[in-house]
Amino acid sequence: MRAIMRLAALSAWSRRSTLALMFASIALSSALLLAVERIRVDTRESFTQSVSGVDLVVGPRSSAVQLVLHAIFHAAGATHTMRWESFTEIAAHPATAWAVPLALGDSHHGFAVLGTSGDYFTHYRYSDRRALRFAEGRAFAGTFEAVLGHEVATRLGYRSGERITLAHGLGGDGALAQTHDDKPFTVVGILAATGTPLDRTVHVSLESITALHLDWAGGAPLPGFSIAPDQVGKFDLQPREISAVLVGLKQRTDVFRSQRFINEFRKEPLMAVLPGVALDELWQTLGVLERTLLAVAALVVLIGLAGLAATLLAGLGERRRELAILRALGAGPRDILLLLVSEGLLVTAGGALAGLALLTAIAGSAAPWLLDRFGIVLGAGLPSGDELALLAAIVATGVAASLLPGWRAWRMSLADGLTPKL
Amino acid sequence: MAATATPALTLRQLRFSWPRQPAPCLDIAGFSVAAGERVFLHGPSGSGKSTLLALIGGVALPQQGSVEVLGQRLETLSARARDRLRADDIGFLFQQFNLLPWLSAIDNVLLPCTFSASRRQRASAAQPARAEAERLLTQLDLAPDSWHTRAGELSVGQQQRVAAARALIGGPALLIADEPTSALDAARQQIFVDLLLREAAAAGAALIFVSHDHRLARHFDRTVALADINRAASEVAA
Repeated sequence: MRAIMRLAALSAWSRRSTLALMFASIALSSALLLAVERIRVDTRESFTQSVSGVDLVVGPRSSAVQLVLHAIFHAAGATHTMRWESFTEIAAHPATAWAVPLALGDSHHGFAVLGTSGDYFTHYRYSDRRALRFAEGRAFAGTFEAVLGHEVATRLGYRSGERITLAHGLGGDGALAQTHDDKPFTVVGILAATGTPLDRTVHVSLESITALHLDWAGGAPLPGFSIAPDQVGKFDLQPREISAVLVGLKQRTDVFRSQRFINEFRKEPLMAVLPGVALDELWQTLGVLERTLLAVAALVVLIGLAGLAATLLAGLGERRRELAILRALGAGPRDILLLLVSEGLLVTAGGALAGLALLTAIAGSAAPWLLDRFGIVLGAGLPSGDELALLAAIVATGVAASLLPGWRAWRMSLADGLTPKL
Repeated sequence: MAATATPALTLRQLRFSWPRQPAPCLDIAGFSVAAGERVFLHGPSGSGKSTLLALIGGVALPQQGSVEVLGQRLETLSARARDRLRADDIGFLFQQFNLLPWLSAIDNVLLPCTFSASRRQRASAAQPARAEAERLLTQLDLAPDSWHTRAGELSVGQQQRVAAARALIGGPALLIADEPTSALDAARQQIFVDLLLREAAAAGAALIFVSHDHRLARHFDRTVALADINRAASEVAA
């Protein structure tokens, strides 16, 4: 077997210019498949770990997925709001360790603006309970101060001290958008990259959100009435309504008791969801896209392997003499089959490993650029068990693909006998 | 290998035709080669020499009759057993030498040992198989600096020696040489045939030497014209 493998390697090397194209094709398609798998897993991880250390997400009664989309991903505008008094009651509940209010509704150049309290920066965790970190500056301390997510700052080229204005609503700030130009914010901090929706969020205080809308009613500015920014301090800026609340409990074992307390809240219909469960549920709905991507990448690999089979088949004509020589020297049809399959194995295994090396090189050198430029999280490091399984599947499929030329060679060697009929 | 009483080759009532060719190209009542015997076989192109060699090698089987190599009737053997017999006991030497151009000279010589454990064992009985290959190449006057050269880069004469060493390694009991001297001038033909006969004798191998060149016949124990034993040829001629 080892001798046949050696023969296959030497024979393949003698036709290296032809096989190099197949090798490159398999390497590239393998790298693509592995990249899709790695991005899929990293994205899923990033998705499911968008929030950690939060025991309950509370909001007006709707669907768990919608609440999570709104509170964690800052997408899907809130159809209802909850009262501030409800928030204070939940925050004061004996089981509650901390509660952070959230209010969404405005935007800046398409990025969501999140109104919250300073506790947000203290209690919010992502990934494996990692705390938020400031790349520069500090948390907001007063009205009209903003903290930017990493992507907002890099995409828009903002630094601390920048003056920005917000648009009303989540629809962006196009020509028809209503804006809060009269009350600009100062950027006081920029968060380090987290790979979560926070990177695409502008954070301001809840009081700022109230201040922005003092001279608004029914979603539009009141005609002929305007309050200057330096005058907003004269008003009570405590919000009356918020969108959602993030809750941390003193004891994790209280989670279901607290959930029941909120779900049965008498003063208004509220719901509390376990973020991990809701995120998993949400990911399931995105599973089709995930599987489609993987299927497309697998198809690319299959096309590459079909090319390998075609190349081996096309090369059989010029290899008839070689195969007849081996037959004359005692090689059985099984040896001939093994020779062709070994060649397929070598090219596929080599190509797949080269694909892995290529991916590792790209992940090692271009991951920060991919994250900044395209928001793609491509982790570096050793291949996972699933990636190794994919590599094994590629090699197995390559071997299966070379069975056809192997079978043809076998048949041909039987027909040719000791002298190839050229 | 020491000569034994078992004939190296026996053909009995052999009839063979290629598919879709109803007329047989070989029809041989009887033909045998004794162990260690050196037979010169000649016949014009298209007389069925290559077909006969394919039958002796067990790659093709006759429709009638039997081919017995070293006491084994090929038609009773499985395809795998025939491949094994060919690998273990038959050395082939071709007109075009049929070396693998991408292998070194010495790797070409060692090639039969890849497919036959018994040839590998015989080749390495006294010394490692590689040393035996080197000994054969030295005997055949191939300089050591050519041993690791790829076969495709060797001269015709060098390729011929490599092909002879490949046929001889592991001491096959039957050597079949299919016009191995056709590419050589007369002087080189003589040297090569002497060399081949010497090595075959040393190995105790029977030799079937196929050639057009009757001048070489005098070196052999027996000369056979294929037309004389092949009734199909006389039918065609008639």
